[in-house]
Amino acid sequence: MSVVPALSGASGTAGVPGVSDAPAGLSGASGARGASGVPGASDGSGTSGEAGDMPAPLAARARLLPALAAVYRAQLSRARVARIPLLFVATFQSVGIMILMRGVVDGGSEARSVVAGSSVLVVAFVALNLLAQYFGQLRASGGLDHYATLPVPPAAVVLGAAAAYASFTVPGTAVTAVMGSALFQLPMAHLWILLAVIPLSGAALAGLGAALGLLAPRQELATLCGQLGMSAALLLGVLPAARMPQVVSYARDLLPSTYGVEALARAFDGQPDWWAICADLGVCAGVAVVSLAAATWAYRRAAVR
Amino acid sequence: MCTVRGLVKTYPAARGRRGAPATPAVRASDGIDLDVVRGEVFGLLGPNGAGKSTLVRQLTGLLRPDEGRVRVLGHDLVRHPERAARLLGYLGQDSTALDELTVSLAAETTARLRGLDTRAARAERDAVIEELGLGELAGRPLKKLSGGQRRLACVAAALVGERPLLVLDEPTTGMDPVARRAVWAAVDRRRAERGVTVLLVTHNVIEAETVLDRVAVLDRGRVIACDTPTGLKALVADEVRLELVWRAEPPLDVPEVADLRKAAEAARSADGVTGRRWTLRLPPEAARAAIATVTGGPAFAALDDFTLATPSLEDVYIALGGRAEGAEGLVKA
Ligand SMILES: Nc1ncnc2c1ncn2[C@@H]1O[C@H](COP(=O)(O)OP(=O)(O)O)[C@@H](O)[C@H]1O
Ligand SMILES: [Mg+2]
Repeated sequence: MSVVPALSGASGTAGVPGVSDAPAGLSGASGARGASGVPGASDGSGTSGEAGDMPAPLAARARLLPALAAVYRAQLSRARVARIPLLFVATFQSVGIMILMRGVVDGGSEARSVVAGSSVLVVAFVALNLLAQYFGQLRASGGLDHYATLPVPPAAVVLGAAAAYASFTVPGTAVTAVMGSALFQLPMAHLWILLAVIPLSGAALAGLGAALGLLAPRQELATLCGQLGMSAALLLGVLPAARMPQVVSYARDLLPSTYGVEALARAFDGQPDWWAICADLGVCAGVAVVSLAAATWAYRRAAVR
Repeated sequence: MCTVRGLVKTYPAARGRRGAPATPAVRASDGIDLDVVRGEVFGLLGPNGAGKSTLVRQLTGLLRPDEGRVRVLGHDLVRHPERAARLLGYLGQDSTALDELTVSLAAETTARLRGLDTRAARAERDAVIEELGLGELAGRPLKKLSGGQRRLACVAAALVGERPLLVLDEPTTGMDPVARRAVWAAVDRRRAERGVTVLLVTHNVIEAETVLDRVAVLDRGRVIACDTPTGLKALVADEVRLELVWRAEPPLDVPEVADLRKAAEAARSADGVTGRRWTLRLPPEAARAAIATVTGGPAFAALDDFTLATPSLEDVYIALGGRAEGAEGLVKA
């Protein structure tokens, strides 16, 4: 018993108490190194002029495409780890909606827009909703600092993330479209149009999602905006347009996903109206450019506070 | 190398919302002057909330100062904050951007975004993973790692791609001693081999004494001292710190013990009487006499533990007038 104080006293006198990881004697050694190794360090004066005259060369910037590819690759791997369950949710949701709507719509053009709307809904879920959440969280936690202190063009970060989220929707959208076609006995001959619909509506919705996530003053608001956007895509995209009141159909015209839905719905025709499809996809592309530009601007604004 | 003059930053007051109380405005940088010399490991030491992160975020172009100048390697970073990314490597306190990547992809992607081509990025990735002993964790996502391991992976990302200046905000938080030494060695190697300058934020006194050439002590947004660790400790070299812990009521009827208690009660800030723990700062002879008293007679029977220590930077912090609760915020292990 009485040995305890004496023992701890002995260890105390050895120097710094309770230190297991400081190499012995280092505190003194580092001081000596500091004093001798850096001339004039201890007063800190007379050294400020040294740097002031000749600006040091700046390291190279990362170029747009390689940086975009690096962000894309990282985001896709990240999505694989964390988002696969959500992709299942999105797909099940869309398939479930189609099954429900089977009792409501009676084939023909309504069936086409239900299948098209449900397919594009998967894109909205991932690209709009999840991307808004991601950027909202990144901004709130200070994670944007990581990118802001790397010499990357803002567009590379935004486009890379948007592209990754959009490509991540491909399997779910394709599965939904195929199952819907089977369910409603629609021709699948022109389903290849998904190759244009997914990237274009994906880009438009991802840009919108990223902009919402980056502009929302708080993280919860970013999440809320993403959810609302997705609900809008659900209600305005899936429900047959002809049954909506006038005001709602204006809102429908404003939503970028609508044009992807229309293009896909037209492709279910036996003889699709290609001009109309091109026009719809053209609108999608236009909205994509605008929303991605807005997202890039929002990123710049969020990154340099 | 890195010059800061008259830096002022005030965070505006926030109105209270439901659930969140209103916060007053905080002057997180209160007229800071600093000169960091090329090739040194310069430290910012201070307790939580001292303004260390706010200061380095202004040095890295992330935060715009209200007043003052920041020059890094001859570039005015207040006017051209975007140049910071091409001059320095920064390790922030948050890892969200990398959390879902594997350790190896986090390092590689960061290297690519620092402008390296694929081959160079992979080579740097492998080198830094080897250097920091991350080999076994390389294939695991950061999110699945322990706090210290994740921090180490973030350090790896900060170190890839050569930069003449490294700004590391509490790089070793949560790390075990092995990881911590790996970081210190990596920092030292870059300084020794490439003349890299390092600005290192810490609230760990041992880290400060072990790796820093010079240290600025921060308190409430002000630099209260700036010198080598040895130089700073010389300020309080004439005193040692004696800590007594009693297991039972100390025998105050012994006059020497009563005197010790009086001395402890009169002590500055963080010292003093806390429950059954007395902390005193004494000249060496007085400390020796005190130990003779408490290790003999009735005092010894009541004594649980004692420690005698030479001055640390923590003592410097207190001697310079840092807050008592601030000194407790400085970590000693
Ligand atoms: N974004 C912010 N908004 C308002 N106050 C802040 C913000 N960031 C930090 N502060 C306040 O500024 C002070 C300094 O913070 P910080 O620089 O993070 O300290 P340290 O890094 O030394 O722990 C603290 O009082 C903190 O509460
Ligand atoms: Mg901090």
